[in-house]
Amino acid sequence: MSMDFKKWLEYPAAEKSAGQPRFNAVRGVLARVTTPLLPDDYLHLANPLWSARELRGQIVEVRKETADSATLVIKPGWGFDFKYLPGQFIGIGIRIEGRWHWRSYSLTSSPSWNEKLISITVKAMPEGFLSTHIVGGVPAGTIVRLATPQGNFALPEPPPRKILFLTAGSGITPVIAMLRTMDHRNELPDVIHVHSAPTANDVMFADELADLHARHQDFRSHVQLTRTGGKFDLSSLEALFPDWRERQTWACGPVTMLDDIEHLWKREGIHDRLHLERFEIARVADTGQGGTVTFSKSDRSVAVDGATTLLQAGEDQGVAMPFGCRMGICQTCVVALTEGYIRDLRSGKEHGPGDRIQTCISAAAGDCTLEA
Amino acid sequence: MAITDIGAYAHLTDADIEALGRELDVIRRDIEESRGERDARYIRSVIRAQRALEIAGRATLFAGRYRPAWVAGVGLLSLAKIIENMELGHNVSHGQWDWMNDPEIHSTSWEWDMTGPSEQWKRAHNYSHHTYTNIVGMDDDVGFGILRMTRDEAWRPINLLQPIANVILAATFEWGIALHDLSIQKEAAGGPHQGMLTRPDREFYAKAGKQMAKDFVIYPALTGPGFKRTLTANLTANLIRNVWAYLVIFCGHFPDGAEKFTVAEFENETRAQWYLRQMLGSANIDAGPVMAFMTGNLSYQIEHHMFPDLPSNRYAEIAERVRVLCAKYDLPYTTGPLSRQYLLAFRTIHKLALPDRFLRRTADDAPETSSERKFTALGGTVARLRVDPVTGQRRGLRSALRDAKVALRRDR
Repeated sequence: MSMDFKKWLEYPAAEKSAGQPRFNAVRGVLARVTTPLLPDDYLHLANPLWSARELRGQIVEVRKETADSATLVIKPGWGFDFKYLPGQFIGIGIRIEGRWHWRSYSLTSSPSWNEKLISITVKAMPEGFLSTHIVGGVPAGTIVRLATPQGNFALPEPPPRKILFLTAGSGITPVIAMLRTMDHRNELPDVIHVHSAPTANDVMFADELADLHARHQDFRSHVQLTRTGGKFDLSSLEALFPDWRERQTWACGPVTMLDDIEHLWKREGIHDRLHLERFEIARVADTGQGGTVTFSKSDRSVAVDGATTLLQAGEDQGVAMPFGCRMGICQTCVVALTEGYIRDLRSGKEHGPGDRIQTCISAAAGDCTLEA
Repeated sequence: MAITDIGAYAHLTDADIEALGRELDVIRRDIEESRGERDARYIRSVIRAQRALEIAGRATLFAGRYRPAWVAGVGLLSLAKIIENMELGHNVSHGQWDWMNDPEIHSTSWEWDMTGPSEQWKRAHNYSHHTYTNIVGMDDDVGFGILRMTRDEAWRPINLLQPIANVILAATFEWGIALHDLSIQKEAAGGPHQGMLTRPDREFYAKAGKQMAKDFVIYPALTGPGFKRTLTANLTANLIRNVWAYLVIFCGHFPDGAEKFTVAEFENETRAQWYLRQMLGSANIDAGPVMAFMTGNLSYQIEHHMFPDLPSNRYAEIAERVRVLCAKYDLPYTTGPLSRQYLLAFRTIHKLALPDRFLRRTADDAPETSSERKFTALGGTVARLRVDPVTGQRRGLRSALRDAKVALRRDR
């Protein structure tokens, strides 16, 4: 089959697909019959996973990890690419009260698993609306939406010879994916893992860490229980692990911890060996403070106040923003918000990453990125 | 000619209009805050039902050589196409379901089963029509550039052909809409486009080509020897959908009582005055739940025009509250059965085919358009909303319109 002919067969489906679905030629041929819809739009009514228009998944198991955390095992639908890197995160959309809410969580599964499943582990955060909902009980069988795994906080292939992991709380989640992957491949190098949690009951994957520690002599797990033992003192690294400076280091945890680590590694001049993952995006709590708006497609950004509409901000920067009525009725100006938060100037409601927003009646609520 | 001073026409002071606007904002907020699982379930079931109907219709047509199967197939397919067009395509593209944040049921991604691309329709309809509703010279949906629907527009000899143009428009409504939207899109894109294949042109031909191929080549071919029967069935279903959509649209803006406005009215218009213009410029169709559903809830055209992005399944409850406000401010709430609303529009189409010298009434006081000057000529009626000291009733525009009707009958 010539390449051009295959492309021609595929094109009606290819332009409306998430990920890399197989059978795109078949989907393309059928799409000529089902146009303007895709065959997927009919098939997913029979089985929710039979659609590659958007990435979907079905929760097949919910496992409690600690009192306030749970692992969701998800079976992805058509088009999901299992070639993600350990340490990467995935966007997940869950429907609550008719609305889809999106958040990103680190994948805790190893891409080398051969069952076609992925998993995330979520810790309920105080005031974390979605995380509380997930940990509080999303039943198995629930259909979720997925975004392609991404992120630079990932284990390279092959892994470095000497590794230091510094984690706290749910910061362990990307690191457990890395550990699991190395363990699966049976190529766990010289790894030190320092993990902090308030009490022994709060340590996620405690048994697994102990087991890895017992099975691999090159793997050392140091668990710091902060309620009794206090915060892990970075200056004790020297005494505990004298070669810490030589190690490629991945750190994930609360902002203050990461700031301390970054500071120390900079001072030691070994900043190029440090990889950080920040879960929390700085977010303005009060109204009307604005922030830096980034327009990702046109690669421009500008600092604005909390009263300037995002449409205005974009146009002032020469970004070709879609626009319409400029009064919030026509939906012509809708673009995707990919990072950060914005505020609807009419209702005062906030929208977060993954929402599609009307730029003509929205202003920045902290730093944010628009797909425009 | 058409309404310039909306306050004077509505018999309301600026303060009245602002108060009305605030009450309408409360309705909007109440609906926005109560949108939830029930509404989401509604639209998902409509989508499911529509797709099932379409599959059933297409499948039935495989047996199209049996007359009853052909008729049933056309019926099912017409029904599917009507629902797809009105309750789904139109309303989803308005952003009525964007609040669900579902990428598949979203105004930015929905593509409808019509000749023209959704993107071009959204520009012409959501923006031009819904922002400049019934402003003569700005809202291209006033007669779609083909028909003279108000005597505010000058008569041209071509208007003599209106009765025929009207029938052609009804039968080929999706093409009328598509070409209308394409020209607006090209105008907005700017630049020279005489004899050039612009980007909007290419998008239009791509979409129209796919649509034609599906209904008039691929499906007929799939039924093999039934090619011609399937072709006529698909043509019939599209025709039925076209005529139905045309009827609903014409009943929404062209019966008597759906007022027209001048450009001067629009300049310096407040948000509350915008509401009022939408209210006075639209007309409803009396409908029960089934009929309302078949019109994509555009039987609630007044509510749709005031709240174009609120979910259609809530228009019925919004309508109850709007009626209460109309009574409170003594404003007309233009509604009637489909047959009557269409006959009024039909009359306008045929009457305005003629030059103005054959028309008795002026653009300040005609059935299809009037202005605040209508009342100055009329002595003895109310000028502003007030409570009648004798009867205790509120007297405003609705009372003044009633008085005007009585006076007109008396003059005759």
